[in-house]
Amino acid sequence: MTNTTSFRALLRTFAILALFITSIAHAQLRVEIAGVGANQIPVAIAAFGNENIAPHSVSEIIKADLLRSGYFKIIDTGTVLTENSQVDLADWKTRGADALVVGSVERLADGRYDVKYRLFDTMKAAQLSSLALAATPNFIRVSAHKVADDVFEKLTGIPGAFATRIAYVTKAGKEYRLEIADSDGQGNQIALRSNEPIISPSWSPDGTKVAYVSFENRKPVIYVQDLVTRQRSVAANYKGSNSAPAWSPNGKQLAVALSRDGLTQIYIVNTDGSGLRRLSRSSGIDTEPQFSSDGQSIYFTSDRSGAPQIYRMSVNGGDARRVTFGGSYNISPRISPDGKSLAFISRREGKFQLYIQDLTNGQEQRLSDTVKDESPSFAPNGRYVMYATKSGQNGTLAVASVDGRIKQSLSTQAGDIREPSWGPFMK
Amino acid sequence: MRTLSTALILSSAVLLAACSSTKLNDDKAPVEDRSGADARSVGTVDASSDPLNDPQGVLAKRSVYFDYDSYVVQPEYQQVISNHARYLKANPNRKVIIQGNTDERGGAEYNLALGQKRAEAVRRSLTLLGVSDTQLEAVSLGKEKPKALGNDDAAWAENRRADIVY
Repeated sequence: MTNTTSFRALLRTFAILALFITSIAHAQLRVEIAGVGANQIPVAIAAFGNENIAPHSVSEIIKADLLRSGYFKIIDTGTVLTENSQVDLADWKTRGADALVVGSVERLADGRYDVKYRLFDTMKAAQLSSLALAATPNFIRVSAHKVADDVFEKLTGIPGAFATRIAYVTKAGKEYRLEIADSDGQGNQIALRSNEPIISPSWSPDGTKVAYVSFENRKPVIYVQDLVTRQRSVAANYKGSNSAPAWSPNGKQLAVALSRDGLTQIYIVNTDGSGLRRLSRSSGIDTEPQFSSDGQSIYFTSDRSGAPQIYRMSVNGGDARRVTFGGSYNISPRISPDGKSLAFISRREGKFQLYIQDLTNGQEQRLSDTVKDESPSFAPNGRYVMYATKSGQNGTLAVASVDGRIKQSLSTQAGDIREPSWGPFMK
Repeated sequence: MRTLSTALILSSAVLLAACSSTKLNDDKAPVEDRSGADARSVGTVDASSDPLNDPQGVLAKRSVYFDYDSYVVQPEYQQVISNHARYLKANPNRKVIIQGNTDERGGAEYNLALGQKRAEAVRRSLTLLGVSDTQLEAVSLGKEKPKALGNDDAAWAENRRADIVY
């Protein structure tokens, strides 16, 4: 027993060292939570049996995800418990846990890792859920996130968004990069490297493609890139500037902002670049279009009234109705997945801050305490908004829960992060 | 008497010969020599005489600066625009891209559109002076490529700018 413990301790040390070394090689995001919700569910999470055989510790990822969500208080069981272990649920209840998570990792003959887990409710003294997920080694983190999603959903009733991905732009020296990472900022991969800026990444609804604006041609041009095949095509390169791509819910069209007719206005185009149709006709700037979740309306930024505000119009064009009335500068509209809330950036007294507005009654609430906020993006479960902000001179990412109670900051060890976009649910 | 007529005939012949002498020379001149000399001749093009490449010339100034929240070309920059208008009209094969910029305050996409207004203002001024639209493209870099990296009024003023790029 002692040998196993010290061997495991040694392995842990090596794992931590390896993580440290990895963190220097890649710009990993670290999470700090400031301010938590009042009613947190206490969950005991065991180390998973055999989990050190895998490249990443599954139970550590589950703990970090649930802790970061702000909905849970994590109790470390201090021991390994597998899905076959005898568990005394009444005992865990007296130890203060409402729920218990146990599991194991096994290497299959074909080289994949099989993650098994069980979730127990200590109050009901019953099993709530179980999963078995087999995946290749490079997807072991996704398996851990999927377990966390299952725990989250079974205990809160809300779908978890841990097994989702984010896209963002980072600048290191003279190089700009479009990177894709897990929702916790881990496992970043580079989708595009460029010597010129990249802005406005936008995920396709199926999560396999990203549209973005690249300045590699000395002017802004919209590209659509397939993340898997690396193929990319130009969606819009008309005379003037081409920017602000937003996917339609059916994944077939993009709403875009083009200056081809002089002033920046909103158009719709098929993702292959065909079928261009002008949508807005104002004498001001119309930009930042966003489809509503039913695909029937477009929310957008317009300064037709003299200063930028957010409006809504039919996807067939026509009259636009103003949506924001607080303050004199409201930009970057984003619609929640259920269509009921609008996240946006408002400048008040010189501060650029993240706000959320209830579209049914117009009530607004400030979500951030930082003052240089940009580029909001809803999690696909609608509970959080990720956005870019500045910590001193350095660009960082932050996350706020939509009720304003939970604030997280994701800070990098190197480089400058901006333009986040939260990807969709995927299998 | 006969001497005079002979002289006349002779002199006419000489004259006629003289008149036709160039032609005769053409027919008789060896072709290779003449073409060899032409293929080796070198004519001089003076690029330094292209006003665009003169670092001291008026065309070296290619930036128009704007006040905060403004998209109007101020009178002090009209001269820069007329200089380039004159050059572009004289050189109809030249094209320029006009890149508009903003300072760092505000969102990326809205600032892209504001920068576009600056580029467009310069473009329109050039067309009003007679430059053909086919020689011009107005685009924006928004706040993405600031020339001055500070966070003060001086840096902001330097970045509120449209550049004429050949």
